[in-house]
Amino acid sequence: MALNLLYFAWVREAIGRDGETIDPPEGVETVAALVRWLAARGGGYAEALAEPMRLRCAVDQSFASLATPIAGAREIALFPPVTGG
Amino acid sequence: MSARVSVQEADFDIASELARLETLGGGGVASFTGVVRGGGGLEALRLETYPGMTQAALETIAEEAQRRWPLTGLTLIHRHGTLPVGARIVLVGTASRHRAAALEACAFLIDWTKTRAPFWKQELFADGVTRWVEARPEDDVAAAAWDSSAEHGRP
Repeated sequence: MALNLLYFAWVREAIGRDGETIDPPEGVETVAALVRWLAARGGGYAEALAEPMRLRCAVDQSFASLATPIAGAREIALFPPVTGG
Repeated sequence: MSARVSVQEADFDIASELARLETLGGGGVASFTGVVRGGGGLEALRLETYPGMTQAALETIAEEAQRRWPLTGLTLIHRHGTLPVGARIVLVGTASRHRAAALEACAFLIDWTKTRAPFWKQELFADGVTRWVEARPEDDVAAAAWDSSAEHGRP
């Protein structure tokens, strides 16, 4: 099922785009697994996603942990820890 | 209870925002203004948002403040875009019948806004260098201190 990905801040800059639509393969069941699958593309993906500890995510516009299952999700955003205020 | 939450590029007028809170029956009005801090050759900050989520996240934080304190009014305005040194970034205003609730809710709102709303700051320097601001652990500590005080409203 099509899944919209969004990238923000240095994740967006390293990957070189602000988002894309993907069809995750079988076996990619959590955000963490999705991050590993994307990082395996190499290049900017590897640069942005090599250290999952530095990443935060939102699933369908709610903050979530990387352990969150992606089944049923429509939009997943990957970004650094927030720095507003 | 009168809440105003806004994510916007435009500057805001503090006097008129606080005047609105002063019309809500009195007691006390507290406020916090965040301003772009200069130094080290910094020219401006660029504030990035998550369109669609940032406004909703601030509204959730505002609702939590209303749940914890007896507020008569609340204002939470956060700017995005390119903001030069000295520019206003964020305004938190709270009104309550008594000062403690206004002051505590104001501190809570800025602590959670810093750590629980999707904004990212990028520093733009005079020599053309750019750098993403790193999250500060002490901000997480300040925000988490309100978790353990959910029943009392105090950190």
